[in-house]
Amino acid sequence: MEKTLNWREFLITRLVRASGYSAIVFVALIFFFLLREGLPTLGEVPISTLLSLRWYPIENYFGILPLVTGSIMVTLGATMVAVPFGIGTAVYISEIAPRWMREILKPLVELLGGLPSVVLGFLGILVLSPFVRTLLDLPTGLTALTGSLLLGGIAVPTVVSIAEDALDSVPRSYREGAWALGATRWQTIWRVTLPAAKSGVLTAIMLGVGRAIGETMTVMMVTGNAPVLAVTPGSLFSPVRTMTATIAAEMGEVANGSIHYHTLFFIGMVLFIISLAVNVAASSVVFRSKQRAERVLS
Amino acid sequence: MADKIIIENLSLTYADGVESLRNISLNVPENAVSVLFGPAGGGKSTLLRCLNRLNDLTEVRASVGRILIDGENILDPKTDVIALRRKVGMVFARPVVLPMSIRQNLTYGLELAGENRKSRLDEAVERSLKLAAIWDEIKDRLDDPAIALSGGQQQRVCLARVLALQPEIILLDEPTSGLDPISTGKVESALQELKKEYTVILVPHSVQQAARTADYAAFFLQGELVEYGEGKTIFTTPREKRTEDYVTGRFG
Ligand SMILES: Nc1ncnc2c1ncn2[C@@H]1O[C@H](COP(=O)(O)OP(=O)(O)OP(=O)(O)O)[C@@H](O)[C@H]1O
Ligand SMILES: [Mg+2]
Repeated sequence: MEKTLNWREFLITRLVRASGYSAIVFVALIFFFLLREGLPTLGEVPISTLLSLRWYPIENYFGILPLVTGSIMVTLGATMVAVPFGIGTAVYISEIAPRWMREILKPLVELLGGLPSVVLGFLGILVLSPFVRTLLDLPTGLTALTGSLLLGGIAVPTVVSIAEDALDSVPRSYREGAWALGATRWQTIWRVTLPAAKSGVLTAIMLGVGRAIGETMTVMMVTGNAPVLAVTPGSLFSPVRTMTATIAAEMGEVANGSIHYHTLFFIGMVLFIISLAVNVAASSVVFRSKQRAERVLS
Repeated sequence: MADKIIIENLSLTYADGVESLRNISLNVPENAVSVLFGPAGGGKSTLLRCLNRLNDLTEVRASVGRILIDGENILDPKTDVIALRRKVGMVFARPVVLPMSIRQNLTYGLELAGENRKSRLDEAVERSLKLAAIWDEIKDRLDDPAIALSGGQQQRVCLARVLALQPEIILLDEPTSGLDPISTGKVESALQELKKEYTVILVPHSVQQAARTADYAAFFLQGELVEYGEGKTIFTTPREKRTEDYVTGRFG
């Protein structure tokens, strides 16, 4: 009896450990693959070309700056949409809505989070982009703005559900403490509940942004895909092209092992590094504030 | 002594159908410590939370009766709840310092009330910390996060925070339940000082504390007010058999 139990214990521990390690191995393998396919670009394409403003691979123009700035612009725009709406909705659901409303809204938000992004892209082309075009009187509705709005919409459910959990876990006694001092509901939310849930709310924002950076389908469908440098506010209203959309659109038709092929992988590498940086920044902020809280609580 | 609070026929039922207060009538005199005591679930906290209308924010199915403070029925829907909560301060069982510095914890309520002159705020901080018997311990670290204080210090900061608002009535719900005997002693003696200026209502965490602190005492049992009178009488020669059983430790 004793023996079989030990044996089982041994097996289970090993299995769990193996699956834990395999996650690390997979990430490492992916990164290794990206490096292997992407790094040759640095030898094949001069740095000055890579940092130029023209992406036109057929004629050997491999300037990735328009793509990087396109991604950044769309992501920033999406963040600007997702953060206020997401946090606002989370605050409404957890602090203000009556119970029956909460019971409806919470599953609804989770459901929205599960919508395939192709479907949203479809809606974007059919509804949002004509709307943006006529509203702002633009030559085309397929712009960075359209992409930002849609991406923001995609990120909102992520932000809402994580921020809502964070707000929900703030002890009720905190709120009562503030109310008993004569704080209004709004003052309590702003000065007590949100600060107390800060690390969870930050995580929510970061995961939302992370989702927006990596999104492909929707941005490919609605941003117009013109590789133009996007640094002025005006370019928000013109077509842009993101890194993800470029890879998705061009990978299928490029010759294996060509310069173009390597450059696409190089873009993938850059994307990987950017999202890694965002994640690391986010978790270090969260980790630091958590550590401080733990230190003072002990 | 004049009656600061007059509770008339107060009954309250929570959303789940629990009747937590049954027809309570009680007069609370000013400048005295009135103690509400009894076994768990008796409705003591519920009654306190009626006095500053904190129950507005929980789901209550039905509540009838009147609570007069200075002659005004505070259960009236037209009552200015925010002003009421400034006048009726509350200290909770577990100290809830807000996630800010010690000083901000103390000035928060005042700032909400529109006070922002620094000199007035500093004055209020010092005065209230002294009243709560904690000034000497923490006067050099007012800008540290309040959560870094010990439990006993946090509780006195919470008391000071209430005092900073210069309320007229102070409600304390088992304020010393998590404290060591020394901190408990400090809070109790602070209460004896406070009653000179305020109306104090205390839910003690033990019968011994009730007996030590009570000028007046009310015994609550399952939503019912069994007996109310001067502390001396209640703890030595109670009228009711149930009160006697409880104070002598036969149940509870
Ligand atoms: N928010 C609520 N919703 C439903 N029922 C509640 C709520 N708060 C308290 N009750 C019920 O009301 C009754 C009285 O509770 P109350 O907290 O007032 O008792 P108490 O005398 O303060 O007890 P304790 O000594 O344990 O603090 C209990 O039966 C309790 O279960
Ligand atoms: Mg209680």
